[in-house]
Amino acid sequence: MADRTDIVEVEELSKNFGQLTAVDRVSFKVNGGEIFGFLGPNGAGKTTTINILCTLLRPTSGRALVNGYDVIKQRTQVRCSIGLVFQDPTLDEYLTAEQNLNFHAYAYGIPKDIRRKRMRELLELVELWDRRKNRVRTYSGGMKRRLEIARGLLHHPKVLFLDEPTLGLDPQTRRRIWDYILALRQQEELTIFLTTHYMDEAENCDRIAIIDYGRIVALDSPDKLKDNVGGDLVSLKAENTEAAIAELKESYHLEPVTENGMVTFNVPHGETFLPDFIRSFNSHLLSISVRRPTLDDVFIKLTGRAIREQEVGLRDQMRTMMKGHR
Amino acid sequence: MTAVFRGVWVIAYRELLRFVQERSRIVSSFAMPLLFLVIFGAGFNRIIGAVTPGVDFIQFMYPGIIAMTVLMNSVMSGLSVVWDREFGFLKEVLVAPLSRGGIVLGKAAGAATVAVAQGFILLILSPIVGVSLNPLLVIKLVPMLIILSLSLSGLGILVASRMRSQQGFQLIVQLIIFPLIFLSGIFFPVNNVPVWLEVLSKVNPLTYGVDAIRQLFLAGEAAATTGDFVFGVTVFGHTMSIAEDILIVAVFGVIVMLLAIWSFSRQE
Repeated sequence: MADRTDIVEVEELSKNFGQLTAVDRVSFKVNGGEIFGFLGPNGAGKTTTINILCTLLRPTSGRALVNGYDVIKQRTQVRCSIGLVFQDPTLDEYLTAEQNLNFHAYAYGIPKDIRRKRMRELLELVELWDRRKNRVRTYSGGMKRRLEIARGLLHHPKVLFLDEPTLGLDPQTRRRIWDYILALRQQEELTIFLTTHYMDEAENCDRIAIIDYGRIVALDSPDKLKDNVGGDLVSLKAENTEAAIAELKESYHLEPVTENGMVTFNVPHGETFLPDFIRSFNSHLLSISVRRPTLDDVFIKLTGRAIREQEVGLRDQMRTMMKGHR
Repeated sequence: MTAVFRGVWVIAYRELLRFVQERSRIVSSFAMPLLFLVIFGAGFNRIIGAVTPGVDFIQFMYPGIIAMTVLMNSVMSGLSVVWDREFGFLKEVLVAPLSRGGIVLGKAAGAATVAVAQGFILLILSPIVGVSLNPLLVIKLVPMLIILSLSLSGLGILVASRMRSQQGFQLIVQLIIFPLIFLSGIFFPVNNVPVWLEVLSKVNPLTYGVDAIRQLFLAGEAAATTGDFVFGVTVFGHTMSIAEDILIVAVFGVIVMLLAIWSFSRQE
């Protein structure tokens, strides 16, 4: 695992597209060796931030360092330090997997002996070694994404950027892509910076920045973010609901909410709370369950809406604009 | 500097790799020039007869057809830029540690290699057309075609540097290619035409490329019968030599190439 220095440093970063502020004075740091996630709805500014960090876009203002290099003044050094997997495929489909990787190796000036060894190693990791002589055109969406991950790692980058790495893939393939990502972290001295709008994927990150309308609204580990919601959610059903509520209020100093006969309340650590509670609770219990809050609950709490329900007009407009600037 | 050289070579390498795999392109890039040569040649040869003493129409047109093949292949190099943008591969190129100038030059170098090779394949026709080849001529032809194709590739990439769809690019290229071809003296000598046509032809850089190749091929043929040298575009009363022709093409090439690099670097 890499040392814990700040591998990515972003200070007051902004990007405007005309009137639209896609990224609004964003500041954060990514530690070496961690999986850092950007979570937010489409059009929140995730891809724009990645594009700035990988030197494809110039920021309107602010500063960003990747591996200690400035993304504006030291583009070449930044480019050598990073690997990228974009939302949309960036492979030459008319070439074979091997030819695509060779191109990448030449472009990054990787010596021949290292190239051969590394190519085999990575293609075996993503289980494409047997298909290396096939044209990419014949690959499925998941295979292409795997090949791109292998390609992004060919030149031993310090940071691997994954922009929505599993977008448009079926659940099974998504899981496999994640297996590779987690395996990579074990094997390589690698920091992974990814964006996603899937809550369940964000759970895999060490730390998450929740981004909305170009601003970071929260940044912490998934567990801590969920703790901020107010701990775990316990729901119970009692024979006598009134008595149960009274007891919860008096003996436990909790603020239960009742809905359809279900009594729900927050406790910091549900699993450890439950055994003692069941033993000592006087009212007769019919059922009880405990649930960790999801990142969805976190997002709703922070922004007042769920991640998927969003007004389309402005965001689509923004997305189209950003495509125009790619 | 390494970022420039690596850029040139890796991009050119891929262009060639792609070309070899696209067999249809190899055929199609010959189709139009050949069509012109065969149909115009057959149709006009008897009516027009000798354009100048000792040189009949098909012989006159033949060097121009070589230039035209080079033109078509070179300008179409821009298509691969648009193609890459459309299919995302351009991003892979742009985030690599390669200089923007190297990328543009690499595209041009790859296209030029293909264009020169295609131009050379047309030399097979020379016995049928009735133009005699000798090793010296062929050797001299190489740098001429290289300069011509690099310049025209620059033009193609310049057009492509901001285009987002292949259809759009094809459309613009048609609008550029056809005037270039018809106003280049491939089909008629430009010294003896109405003034408007003469002016348009003489600001067309391709005219000088065609003229250089034609002088190279036909100087011998014409001189053999008349003893007098009859080709060479005249500009303000001055008859261009091969070297001057090439210089004009090269200057044009440097300008469009710099513009292409500038335009390509500015985009994000």
